[in-house]
Amino acid sequence: MLQDKTCWWMVDGVCGKYYMNNTRIIPRLDVKGPNLVKGIHLEGLRVLGKPEQFAEYYYEHGADELMLVDVVASLYGRNNLQDIITRTAKKIFIPLTVSGGIRTLDDIKKTLRAGADKVSLNTAAINQPGLIQKASREFGTSTIVVTIEAIRQASGQYLAYTDNGREHTGIDVLEWAKKVEDLGAGEIVITSVDREGTGSGFDIELIQMVTDEVTVPVIAHGGAGNLDHIHKIIKIGKADAVLIASMLHYGSFKEINKANEYKKEGNIEFLKSGSFFSKINNAEIQTIKNFLHKKNILCRHDIFHEDND
Amino acid sequence: MKIAIIDYGMGNLFSVQNACIHTDLEPVVTSNKKKILGSDGVILPGVGAFGRAMSNLKALDLIDPIKQFIKSGNPFMGICLGMQLLFSESEEFGDNRGLGIIDGTVRKFPQKNFEKKRIKIPQIGWNRIFKTAQKSNALVLNNIRDGELMYFVHSYYVDLFEIDSTLTTTRYEDVSYCSSLLKDNIFATQFHPEKSAKAGIRVYRNWAQIIKKCN
Repeated sequence: MLQDKTCWWMVDGVCGKYYMNNTRIIPRLDVKGPNLVKGIHLEGLRVLGKPEQFAEYYYEHGADELMLVDVVASLYGRNNLQDIITRTAKKIFIPLTVSGGIRTLDDIKKTLRAGADKVSLNTAAINQPGLIQKASREFGTSTIVVTIEAIRQASGQYLAYTDNGREHTGIDVLEWAKKVEDLGAGEIVITSVDREGTGSGFDIELIQMVTDEVTVPVIAHGGAGNLDHIHKIIKIGKADAVLIASMLHYGSFKEINKANEYKKEGNIEFLKSGSFFSKINNAEIQTIKNFLHKKNILCRHDIFHEDND
Repeated sequence: MKIAIIDYGMGNLFSVQNACIHTDLEPVVTSNKKKILGSDGVILPGVGAFGRAMSNLKALDLIDPIKQFIKSGNPFMGICLGMQLLFSESEEFGDNRGLGIIDGTVRKFPQKNFEKKRIKIPQIGWNRIFKTAQKSNALVLNNIRDGELMYFVHSYYVDLFEIDSTLTTTRYEDVSYCSSLLKDNIFATQFHPEKSAKAGIRVYRNWAQIIKKCN
């Protein structure tokens, strides 16, 4: 069956001689209270709508997984997303990872019970690395994701930061990534704090540095502004998955909020205004996947012909 | 249709329960022997280490109820680790004996492929399932295309000695392995149908139909 070139999913002969994994496209949803928000440069957080609606929209439109980030918890050290997690998890049948302020085994337990499939640790992991080990033993390696926030130093070295890129730790990103893998993390998210929200492209050097050295899957995060960026971080950076926010939300915003109270021309115009945003090209997940498929990057692109379940 | 989802402290219970509710099954998450044996169908989920799972099952006295339920002939579904536990043994460290219901062994993906390149472990993501010729008409995979993408997350895979029980095969790097099996009333998947979007939900619906037919 694998050799049959007329299989419906081999239309362009993409699955040729060489084995390739399907790269995952993962929308990131930042949540504050009951709202989906997006950080606007110099402006703070802007409300875009309800997280559950965006989650459901992305699930219906081809997301391979979803990540919910509690941005307030990261600031104040608590994760309070239980209700939103449950409401979201009930509607989507793809993996859901929850991130933000998860500090103890009990936090993890509550988060999983609320409906998360995976949890991501960041600050708590750097502060007590033993938590990764305990958590992966208790909940399974594949349940524990570690996010590493990287800032490039003048020397060219990448150092890990905590608390949303605010707290300096002095820890080398690559060293920490290798340690995290040894401690039992199932996946690593590498966030370029420098690039996040800028739309100027992923930091290929950063991602490639990590993917070359670790055995667990690496999720690239921070900087996606156009289709080409996504292609390059997979092709050259060797990312196993891509975590995207800005590129998806602004375009989806209109679709999702057509019938909602949030639809106000003023809001949308504001989001699109300013040279800061000119680098971010809105795209649907389908567009991204079709583009990748044309560039011979394997991804789950052929689901859009599915009937309802 | 009352479904018992076995709770032995390991597994994505919420998702499995959610998928059952969505497909009109009536799930109960339980470790109670009576409830399990009295159900129309039983699901054994599982995420984590084989050894720990077996000791949890032992400690909760669930091994006999599971074997008993399977003997009863009523529909039984094993998911991910829940599939691996059905086997005779695993390569994982420690006392690695399984339930011994399916003849075979659980192996770890090799660290390198034939080109000596390190492969990513665990396999996390979407991969294709291909139906075996002898079971291509299986009801549980009705309306599931050959080569359908399902969501996988695992470092170990099953090596079936009773190859006729293989329902689908999947390829990860250089390893071609059994991604789901069907043996009488036992249906087990390495992938997570509750996390495999609409195709996965279709699997749950098919399984629900099978349970309806049995009752």
